[in-house]
Amino acid sequence: MSDEAPRPFDRDRAFPIVQSAFRDMVPFNAALGLEVVDIAPGVVVLKLPWRQELVGNPRTGVLHGGAITALLDACGGASVFLKMQKPIPIATLDLRIDYLKPAAPKRDVFARSECYKLGRSVAFVRAIAYQLPDGEGAGSSEPKDGDWVATAAATFMLSTKGDSVMGRASRGEK
Amino acid sequence: MSDEDDLRPLLARAKTDGEWQPLVDAIPFARYLGLSIKIEDGEAICRMKFDPKLVGNYTIPALHGGTLGALLESAAVFVLFHAREAVALPKIINVTIDYLRSARALDTLATATITKQGRRVTAVQAIAWQDDRSRPVAAANAHFLLVD
Repeated sequence: MSDEAPRPFDRDRAFPIVQSAFRDMVPFNAALGLEVVDIAPGVVVLKLPWRQELVGNPRTGVLHGGAITALLDACGGASVFLKMQKPIPIATLDLRIDYLKPAAPKRDVFARSECYKLGRSVAFVRAIAYQLPDGEGAGSSEPKDGDWVATAAATFMLSTKGDSVMGRASRGEK
Repeated sequence: MSDEDDLRPLLARAKTDGEWQPLVDAIPFARYLGLSIKIEDGEAICRMKFDPKLVGNYTIPALHGGTLGALLESAAVFVLFHAREAVALPKIINVTIDYLRSARALDTLATATITKQGRRVTAVQAIAWQDDRSRPVAAANAHFLLVD
């Protein structure tokens, strides 16, 4: 595995591996109900389905800001793995979120994250949380700014210790 | 009709009786995260009880960064409820979270302080730790828009 030349991105091969590692091997991602919607090199699009347990304001049904934070952190981390040739462990270093407007209640929230720079020790990420009008599906291209709910910038440290869930999933291990 | 209608009576009761848990429990995501509030020496300490569903990297195991972000934001909102006279639900503008140390499979505590209270914007700092307050696992700065 370690001496291979860089492989071209094979979306069909990668998609089920990413879905598996993302939910089955990261308990809080599964607990939040996060779903991988699309992937591209260095890019992940997730869906956070609305549900009552994640609500911040009980009267309006608007999701808690912390649920959006968790969505953006998970999306950011996943996009770093999609930038790597060989998965290694990562840990969030910092995460900054600007909340543009409250998420409309009882509607799903999506996030698209791009790892735009992968250094030797640090990965740099930008992400957008957004909602879609009825009938529109989420793809891997950037959402229209009228739909944005929050924007984020994050950095992740590339670790040297432990094992990564993505590494295990790509080797077919649990 | 304001958004705060459901929380206002709970907030009023919390301020008179010192019973903050009903206010926390009224927020579904706070319940989901297992949050509780205790006032100690005039400081509102928020506790996120450990639960396996909060884990991010199970090989360590370490808490998911999103849970710490949510805990810090919750502590920040609660300090605004606790310290301010106004009862308006604060609207978060932004937050920056620094992840300082791996958070392990333990309860996590958090508290917040108001660093600047302006006419419209309040700046809050929050810190989270587990078994050693001098070795925090995460810290955050947030800005809130106060709508009275």
